Amino acid sequence: MLLIHCPYCEEKRPELEFRHAGEAHVARPADIANISDAEFAHYFFYRDNPKGVAYERWRHIHGCGRFFNAARDTISDKFLTTYKAGEPKPELVEAANENKAEAQKGNSAK
Amino acid sequence: MSAAGANRIAGAGRLTPANTVRFTFDGRDYTGLEGDTLASALIANDVHLVGRSFKYHRPRGIQTAGPEEPSALVGIRRDAARHVPNIRATVQEIHDGLAAVSQNRWPSLAFDIGAVNDIGSPLFSAGVYYKTFMWPKAAWKHVYEPVIRNAAGLGVAPDQPDPDRYASRYVHCDVLVIGGGVAGLAAALSAAESGAQVILCDENANMGGALRFEGEAKLDGLEGYEWAQQAVDRLSVMDNVRVLQRTTAFGYYAQNFVGLVERVTDHLPAPDPDTPRERLWQVRAKRVIIAAGAIERHMVFANNDRPGIMLASAARMYLNHYGVAVGRKVGVYTANDSAYAAAIDLKKAGVDIPAIVDLRTDPDSGLVEEAKGLGIRVLTGHAVTGAGGKLRVASMTVEPANGGSKAEIIPVDAIVMSAGWTPSVHMYSQSRGKVVWNEESQRFLPGEYPQDAVSVGACNGTDGLQASVTEALAAGETAAKETCPKAKKSGVKITVDGEGKWAGNMVGAGPGAGAGKVMKAFVDFQNDVTAKDIRLAVQEGMHSIEHVKRFTTNGMATDQGKLSNLHGLAIAAEALGRPIPKVGLTTFRPPYTPTTFGAIVGHARGKLFDPTRKTPMHVAEEAAGAVFEDVGQWKRAWYYPRAGEDMHAAVNRECRTVREVAGMFDATTLGKIEVVGPDAAQFLDLLYTNPFMKLGVGKLRYGIMCREDGFIYDDGVVARVAEDRFHVTTTTGGAPRVLHHMEDYLQTEFPHLKVWLTSTSEQWAVIAVQGPKAREIIEPFVEGIDLSNETFPHMSYAEGKVCGVPARVFRMSFTGEAGYEINVPADFGRQVWDAIYERGAPMGMCLYGTETMHVLRAEKGYIIVGQDTDGTVTPHDAGLSWAVGKKKTDFVGIRGLNRPDLTAPGRRQLVGLKVKDGKTVLEEGAQIVANHNQSPPMNIIGWVSSSYWSENCGHPIAMALVEDGFNLMGKTLYVPMPDRVIEVEVRDTVFFDKEGGWIHG
Ligand SMILES: [Zn+2]
Repeated sequence: MLLIHCPYCEEKRPELEFRHAGEAHVARPADIANISDAEFAHYFFYRDNPKGVAYERWRHIHGCGRFFNAARDTISDKFLTTYKAGEPKPELVEAANENKAEAQKGNSAK
Repeated sequence: MSAAGANRIAGAGRLTPANTVRFTFDGRDYTGLEGDTLASALIANDVHLVGRSFKYHRPRGIQTAGPEEPSALVGIRRDAARHVPNIRATVQEIHDGLAAVSQNRWPSLAFDIGAVNDIGSPLFSAGVYYKTFMWPKAAWKHVYEPVIRNAAGLGVAPDQPDPDRYASRYVHCDVLVIGGGVAGLAAALSAAESGAQVILCDENANMGGALRFEGEAKLDGLEGYEWAQQAVDRLSVMDNVRVLQRTTAFGYYAQNFVGLVERVTDHLPAPDPDTPRERLWQVRAKRVIIAAGAIERHMVFANNDRPGIMLASAARMYLNHYGVAVGRKVGVYTANDSAYAAAIDLKKAGVDIPAIVDLRTDPDSGLVEEAKGLGIRVLTGHAVTGAGGKLRVASMTVEPANGGSKAEIIPVDAIVMSAGWTPSVHMYSQSRGKVVWNEESQRFLPGEYPQDAVSVGACNGTDGLQASVTEALAAGETAAKETCPKAKKSGVKITVDGEGKWAGNMVGAGPGAGAGKVMKAFVDFQNDVTAKDIRLAVQEGMHSIEHVKRFTTNGMATDQGKLSNLHGLAIAAEALGRPIPKVGLTTFRPPYTPTTFGAIVGHARGKLFDPTRKTPMHVAEEAAGAVFEDVGQWKRAWYYPRAGEDMHAAVNRECRTVREVAGMFDATTLGKIEVVGPDAAQFLDLLYTNPFMKLGVGKLRYGIMCREDGFIYDDGVVARVAEDRFHVTTTTGGAPRVLHHMEDYLQTEFPHLKVWLTSTSEQWAVIAVQGPKAREIIEPFVEGIDLSNETFPHMSYAEGKVCGVPARVFRMSFTGEAGYEINVPADFGRQVWDAIYERGAPMGMCLYGTETMHVLRAEKGYIIVGQDTDGTVTPHDAGLSWAVGKKKTDFVGIRGLNRPDLTAPGRRQLVGLKVKDGKTVLEEGAQIVANHNQSPPMNIIGWVSSSYWSENCGHPIAMALVEDGFNLMGKTLYVPMPDRVIEVEVRDTVFFDKEGGWIHG
């Protein structure tokens, strides 16, 4: 069971209190009624599936109830950071590079 | 001869001869000593044959003295309900009255019919399940599987519910130490004396690990085992330490979350019924110190599974701890120094050691000299190539390791063996660590740590007592300093003198069990995998160890290959001609040892498995004879049978009564959300397809909620309570997800809207009174609301009092009748319910349940989201286009509804079905075709979503989702059933009161 830091409660709480809520930073288009089919497909259906840093939404559903964002490493499952909804994507160049190197190592081993 | 068995050695071991214990094995009475395991007590009584193997039904004995045991699995029976199969005899402690039975044999242990599998065993070679029984599929279910299950299988599952209790606890600590051997004890002492909060667990009944059998070790001037017990005593009295004996760390999960199972009562003769049988500890540790030790490996040679053949360390444990000699004439076969110690201990205890057979040409000369000095014959550069005897080993065949001269057959009644020690990296591997092959020592060791953990001692490949102690003390102090702000220097010092020799290591098959030989040299005892099977797997094209494992099942038994993995890997690597690390070790997964469902489930069973939600009127409904159905966690009144009525009759009566007089229904389980704020109307306008901006205060509107993809997500009636306040209802099952969905949009997409959402599902009791007499029935109870049709028409809302209680009254209907839904604070629900019932019943009103509700709404063509929709149905498909605001510029789903595939012709649309014979009630979920003469696979054009007998219509009614259904009115379609084809005609969905006049009263 993961421990997740809620940026609103400002403490780590067990995973049981949270619910995953899909990929982060996918904003609903402002003029959604008039976007093209392709734009809608990208907004609603297309999702990243990175090996490395993933940005995802979580909700502290059995706590403060707030939605927030997290950067998580899909190789180690570890949370790199969590931050409030509406805040920009944090710069995680270092972690991302580390993971990329790790991923390449993994690939070359195959 | 001792009362507790002929093989007890006077003066040996740590058990007290006077403390005898009576137990039975296969119905025979035996005497053991307090502190014995079942295995030690049986060996003391010269019983080695304890079971039959899984596949070949080979006679099997006891091979280890600990949790790694692959073979000695027995059933333990306390009473009729407490029969536990597959218990390791080497772990189970005996107590007075313990009853153990052997497994996997029929009719008896010594004569087993299934052993014919052994003779006919080419049939059962590796991969047999994949290759032989794949086809035809039906034969697997009806022929192969039952036969195999009867012949094989391990143990018999209990057929009664488990009467025991299982406790569960969460606990946090600075340092969790896994393993109470010398390294674990030293680490725990060091961390604890530094001031850290420490948990120390060990899976055995006694701490000390290898100190339990290794007599040479001296610590702080004490015999090793004595030192260990004093260390445990010292730790046990410290406030910052929790010592858990008989406690297995079975799973290592993310962020140092470790699952432990404590066996609390299985070793007690008459456990206190209030004590749990086992206790699950879910530990969150800042740091984990893994001190899991090492597990000795067996030698791979022909018939190495004969009872009486066991690990050298096990023989030492039986002698030095339990005072039991494993035989009277014990052969030794080794590639490792530590087996010499076993031979020497046994010899000194008066046991005949006919020979030590050492595969190495150049072993430690000191050991050879010491053994020879005791009169033991040492054959270096030799191999044991076979074992004689069947139910018990009778001889060993010895040959020079490189072949050549003639084999010698040496009579023995036991063989002890050691191929070396495998560092126990299970916990490290479970923590998602990747083991690294150490070429020099030929073993896998922990590599980088993905979690905050460290390994110490033998599991870390640290050889020697002094080195282990030094490493563990340092690790304990460092752990304390890095996890506990108040930590100080530990000051713990441990002096070491005297220690056993553990050098030497071989992996794979021994000489004589090499390629091309037809024999059974077992690698994995529990799954009956031989060296030959592994070579066969490679021949069959399995090149990865993960494939070899699945093809042969090597390491896949309940012991997870604790003895066998490395041997299997080495044989596969040899056959592939590749180095071991290139073939790779499989990943270890939880649980480390078999863990009971009871421990995992804990208290969460029976009534505590899932919460039961009951409405405030539940007791009244129960008293009225309701039959309840489960709807999610809710108990809902399903129907109210009267004397002599079955469900069908009761529902027919209820349906008639509601339409002829009136009925009362408990609608409390509806989800309810209070939407409040200056932007509440705008928010609902965005969340529902319907327009809400202009809904007047005191009015109701039926709303449909879509997801962005345009599919129906939920529906419900919304009341405008005030300009800035709405009372929203959701489906019974939808309440939590609808609130989640709303919160998501409010918090992340429309955060500029000033709206507050509150779940009020539990705050209101909802009483629906429906039917022509509804108003007449409730009128006398209602204050402050003029119920007349003119001032309070259909789809109106008002606040007032009902029975003197503040109420929100909805004039609405899910039946098509004139009706009211009265919301009162939940605590008053029963009182209002009773009052209305007392007045209504003499007027002919009935109580009705969910079944009648379903029928009545279907008569009117009202949909139930989740029954008549399946997540691929749009409002247009459901015939609800009128509910989609045409003038709205935005709502959730507005774009999705315009996707090409949602506007294309041929979509499945909700229609009514008339059953042509006028009497058959269709099966919900039945498929619909246009041409019933087509041969399978038929072209399915839809399915029946709702279907009932309608007493009010006098014929069955049904709704269905049918391709292009709106354009098929009057067409005949077919519902093929296993025994016949039912003809139906497509029609509209309103079966009753088509004009809709009744609803207005
Ligand atoms: Zn929170």
